[in-house]
Amino acid sequence: MRTAFIETLYERAQNDSRIVLIVGDLGFGVVTKFMKELSNQFVNVGVAEQNMTGVGAGMALSGKVVFTYSIANFPVMRCLEQIRNDVCYHGANVRIVSVGGGMAYGALGPSHHATEDIAVMRALPNLLVCAPGDPVETRLAVGALIDHKGPAYLRLGRAGEDIVHKGDPPFELGKAITIRTGDDLALISTGGMLQNTVKAAEILSARGVEARVISMHTVKPLDTQVVLDAARETKAVFTVEEHSVIGGLGGAVAEVLAESRARSLCFQRIGLKGVFSSLVGDQEYLLRNYGLDPQGIVSTIQGVIGHEAIPNR
Amino acid sequence: MSTQSKVGSWTGDVEDLVRRLRRWSIVLTHNSGASHVGSSLSMVEILSVLYGKILHYDPKNPDLPDRDRFILSKGHGCAVYYALLAEVGFFPLDWLDTFCENGSLLAGHATHANVPGIEISTGSLGHGLGVATGMALAGKRDGKPWRVFCLLSDGDCDEGSTWEAVLFAPHHKVDNLVAIVDYNKIQSLGTVSEVMDLEPLADKWRHLGGPCTRLMVMMLTKCSLCLRGTPVHSTNPPASSHIRSKARV
Repeated sequence: MRTAFIETLYERAQNDSRIVLIVGDLGFGVVTKFMKELSNQFVNVGVAEQNMTGVGAGMALSGKVVFTYSIANFPVMRCLEQIRNDVCYHGANVRIVSVGGGMAYGALGPSHHATEDIAVMRALPNLLVCAPGDPVETRLAVGALIDHKGPAYLRLGRAGEDIVHKGDPPFELGKAITIRTGDDLALISTGGMLQNTVKAAEILSARGVEARVISMHTVKPLDTQVVLDAARETKAVFTVEEHSVIGGLGGAVAEVLAESRARSLCFQRIGLKGVFSSLVGDQEYLLRNYGLDPQGIVSTIQGVIGHEAIPNR
Repeated sequence: MSTQSKVGSWTGDVEDLVRRLRRWSIVLTHNSGASHVGSSLSMVEILSVLYGKILHYDPKNPDLPDRDRFILSKGHGCAVYYALLAEVGFFPLDWLDTFCENGSLLAGHATHANVPGIEISTGSLGHGLGVATGMALAGKRDGKPWRVFCLLSDGDCDEGSTWEAVLFAPHHKVDNLVAIVDYNKIQSLGTVSEVMDLEPLADKWRHLGGPCTRLMVMMLTKCSLCLRGTPVHSTNPPASSHIRSKARV
């Protein structure tokens, strides 16, 4: 995703002088080409995220389309008030980019895990929240965000994720992509969990349960229709995210379902259960230990809808 | 309301503007029961000199593309800033009567929404200089003639984010930016020296800015000092090769 982001941005920035990339002294080997070849559209603010966001707001209010870039929580929480007051309140064209969403930075530890960022960003007025599911969605999202009017948060994974989409799906910010059909269950995922969610659906399918898989690349504004359709047309709805179950995709979908006044719902949020991801290990290890690998997702689903419904094979 | 609105009658004399704004500072904070009368009064001279002598702006066209940008980082002192904007003609003087009232356009911290002449909303300290720096950098890179002036409080200088911008601006040679500290030496729970001593403040700015930068510090307390000493002229960008500091002793 990181590669798809910087390549798309570089390509567009070559022909659009409004685009500015501001980094907080991170992105070694990633932003180098942009920095060297488009130096007039590049700023390194040093390790100073508050100033990165304030400078970004100032440039955006002077006509630029600004991407602020750092990793995990640094561009989000360290400078939250700058995002709220300077960027969001003014509707400034700043796109806050976090690389390493979730536990992508693995063994670097919880200081480098972004596991509440979606919840925090989702609460801010005027801010669009986007977490693409794979490199294809990332490329399409970056293009759409350049043209978007107003502030946005772009949560990316790392580099080298599998490509989930076979070709380019129709892409629109705020419009979820259904990438697998099925009427038994609905699995709604955001960000890099798309890959494991699809794999979970394949395990379920092998056991005779057909799960619909929805990539909710935009968590805000949420595609409420696709959620309501899933609740109406399937027997149970699950959200899957590399994030706390509090306030992120799961929270957003829960809000929609709770206000839908449907009498009978089967719904479960799958994610970190409000804890720090304090185990030590790589991303795959952490996902497995927090029940976010394909088998872990299937186990949670089994626990909710009953083992009889999904026989172990 | 528009046909009978009172409009500012200021005719261009800076000393007259100072007198008007001193009066407004007291009237507005008293009538509204708002706080920060001191913060308003301490920047009367700075605002009067900027809007009377230095800034390029057009109150009839607040979005004039080549206007100089003024950022009030000390947004809590906005009472006198609203009064200034009304006196020079950005909006009717009548609006001032509604300051902080239910349904007013004028909030107790500087708010850009629906208020002509205000570039950005402020109120939480430590935000103004970063945004001002970004504006100046964008203008510089695009070869624009306008400049950015940012007025900070001494309380602003408690915030780490302010010093992030102080480090940034000279490093990136942002020479169309002027930072002004309204060093009134009093803050919420006591004097600056009691709460969080900033001294030697001018040296801190000077050392962080460095002698080769064009970032200037002016600490002004008297209109006369400001008029006499300001190195900023409307026809030239601020191009001082040293830092000018005028601290009250």
